[in-house]
Amino acid sequence: MTTAPDRGSAPEAPMLGIPSMPAPDYPADVRERLERDGREVIARYPDSRSALLPLLHLVQSEDGHVTRTGQRFCAEMLELTTAEVNAVVTFYSMYRRKPSGEYQVGVCTNTLCAVMGGDAIFDDLKQHLGVGNNETTDDGKVTLEHIECNAACDYAPVVMVNWEFFDNQTPESARQLVDGLRAGQEVSPTRGAPLCTFKETSRILAGFPDLRPGAVEATGGGGDPSLAGLRLARGEAPPGRLAHPRGPAGPAEQPVPLPGEEAPESHPSSHDLPQSTAASDPANPSGRPPKPAPGEESE
Amino acid sequence: MATESPEKLLTPVLSAYWDEPEAWTLDTYKRRHDGYEGLAKALAMPPDDVIAYVKDAGLRGRGGAGFPTGMKWQFIPQGDGKPHYLVVNADESEPGTCKDIPLLYANPHSLIEGIVIACHAIRSSHAFIYLRGEVVPVLRRLHLAVREAYEAGLLGRNALGEGKHLELTVHAGAGAYICGEETALLDSLEGRRGQPRLRPPFPAVAGLYACPTVVNNVESIASVPALMNRGKEWFRSMGSEKSPGFTLYSLSGHVANPGQYEAPLGITLRELLEVSGGMRPGHRLKFWTPGGSSTPMLTDEHLDVPLDYEGVGAAGSMLGTKALQCFDETTCVVRAVTRWTEFYAHESCGKCTPCREGTYWLVQLLRDFEAGKATKADIDKIDDIADNINGKSFCALGDGAASPIFSSLKYFRDEYEQHLDGRGCPFDPAKSTIWADNQTPAHPEVNA
Repeated sequence: MTTAPDRGSAPEAPMLGIPSMPAPDYPADVRERLERDGREVIARYPDSRSALLPLLHLVQSEDGHVTRTGQRFCAEMLELTTAEVNAVVTFYSMYRRKPSGEYQVGVCTNTLCAVMGGDAIFDDLKQHLGVGNNETTDDGKVTLEHIECNAACDYAPVVMVNWEFFDNQTPESARQLVDGLRAGQEVSPTRGAPLCTFKETSRILAGFPDLRPGAVEATGGGGDPSLAGLRLARGEAPPGRLAHPRGPAGPAEQPVPLPGEEAPESHPSSHDLPQSTAASDPANPSGRPPKPAPGEESE
Repeated sequence: MATESPEKLLTPVLSAYWDEPEAWTLDTYKRRHDGYEGLAKALAMPPDDVIAYVKDAGLRGRGGAGFPTGMKWQFIPQGDGKPHYLVVNADESEPGTCKDIPLLYANPHSLIEGIVIACHAIRSSHAFIYLRGEVVPVLRRLHLAVREAYEAGLLGRNALGEGKHLELTVHAGAGAYICGEETALLDSLEGRRGQPRLRPPFPAVAGLYACPTVVNNVESIASVPALMNRGKEWFRSMGSEKSPGFTLYSLSGHVANPGQYEAPLGITLRELLEVSGGMRPGHRLKFWTPGGSSTPMLTDEHLDVPLDYEGVGAAGSMLGTKALQCFDETTCVVRAVTRWTEFYAHESCGKCTPCREGTYWLVQLLRDFEAGKATKADIDKIDDIADNINGKSFCALGDGAASPIFSSLKYFRDEYEQHLDGRGCPFDPAKSTIWADNQTPAHPEVNA
């Protein structure tokens, strides 16, 4: 499985006493293109060395991982030694050090996601794909890894693919997800843009905006958890348990009673009742009315 | 129900229009949030007056430590002839913490407006947003928002007045929890391994490129525009004397409705659970963190602790990032602590010995508990190792690693004992999954 021409990658266990030869350079046309991009990155910073992290993302966008050639390129652009560059590469977990898949699938197994089902999802995917942690499927499509907390705990369990959010996952939904990736289908996250390849993602990380039409707008302002407090403050009833994608959409969710009481908000017409809101309460410090935009109607 | 209605308890300010179509655009921000009006007021004031105003309002850092934001700005030496820098810490990585990412996804301009105000105050002409790399959807929107702000003249040439330019660089990190520590973040932003620096000198004196630098959390800076526009009295009308204002509480875990709840500081977990629908049906709260895994865990005894800096401190923990991770009675404390400790061991930068070695050995011992290989002496041993990390490490990551150990031993020592002598973990992990209760017919029960 190779996703890029071998550019001195995968440093095999070196034989003691024989230093490896300098990495080969990029072909002239590639080098010229990368230098142009590299100079643009460097110009963003008062001190050129600050460009090292984005430049490493940039060489990943060329090679799919950080090759020795890529490290040499960064070193030459920034007047560093390759040892200095390598010290940085090996510190950060987003730099891949061997050829890997088109899609980086990361299952959050930090405590909260793990407990909520991340451990089960990760185990299931390992079996389903036949790979271990940080290994790639034979078709070169999917690299599986477990990741640490990705700041989406209100959407647990979370799976990231090329650093787009796939929220509220189950073993079944995660299996469908990787099957779709391997079959070459267009796969869209719950928050983020339709997936691009790892290399294309790396280019965005290097600071070059995603130019695909609709990429920035995709999936709106956020899912239900992001809006949960806002809706409550507007007097909308809590939705009860959130839907978790478990195959085809089922019947409408039934609101669940609050602890220790009957369910006052679940009456079929309760949404019609006049409700006191932040807007109608002069004592509420958040103050401003939630003015509906023209044409917008509250359901 | 004893608590007030959600409409009175919650105060969406930063999150007020997250459900707007295209909430993240400059157009929506100006139309709905009175966007950049706080900036106009700030630019009409001398920089020192802006600092004094933010200080008087009592805004405290929302990234964990709660240091007064205005005071941080005041520490920047003036007239020193050096460039000053503002660096926004958007490296949100503390386990459980999930407030800055939805904020930046839906409302990035509140941060950019706050950055312009802060740069005016500290007389900076170059600001940076250090965003963790693992959130590409947010990066896209920051790229767009910054471009919009440049095109509108809010950034760039003469942004802060005649002859006063302001550059803003969005910088994506590359995956390292430690880069949320402010001096490690600065090293990382300088293109190095993200390892913490010795303090003093503090960043206010020698920060980025050895120049005076303010490092602030996203939510702290994003709170400044509303504060400037609607006034410090309005800001102080929420929260308490020492912890004024509004903030984002992130409810997660075994709750009926996880999510972002913006409220005045000092709301309690009981109130938040009551308005949001409580724990998942049929289950009760067992333990929770007030502000991420590095803040000592609390239990159902602490439901009425006011969630502000003083209240949580008095309860023996820290407000931290207000990441309220709630676990119910199906969750094994030892399993949770083991996983957090594995996280700290993985993320230890390796610079200092107590943290690098201590977290490694804690993981070995804790795995023994889960596997039933631990003995009673191992309980004292993990306590002892945690004690050798806490306060003896180079940075706060070490203290954070010790917190789950100490606090779980304090409240759940008996649960460790249940793991001893070949017994191993008595819990079934399948029961704590989100889908566990979907397997059986729904039968809503009353929560304890």
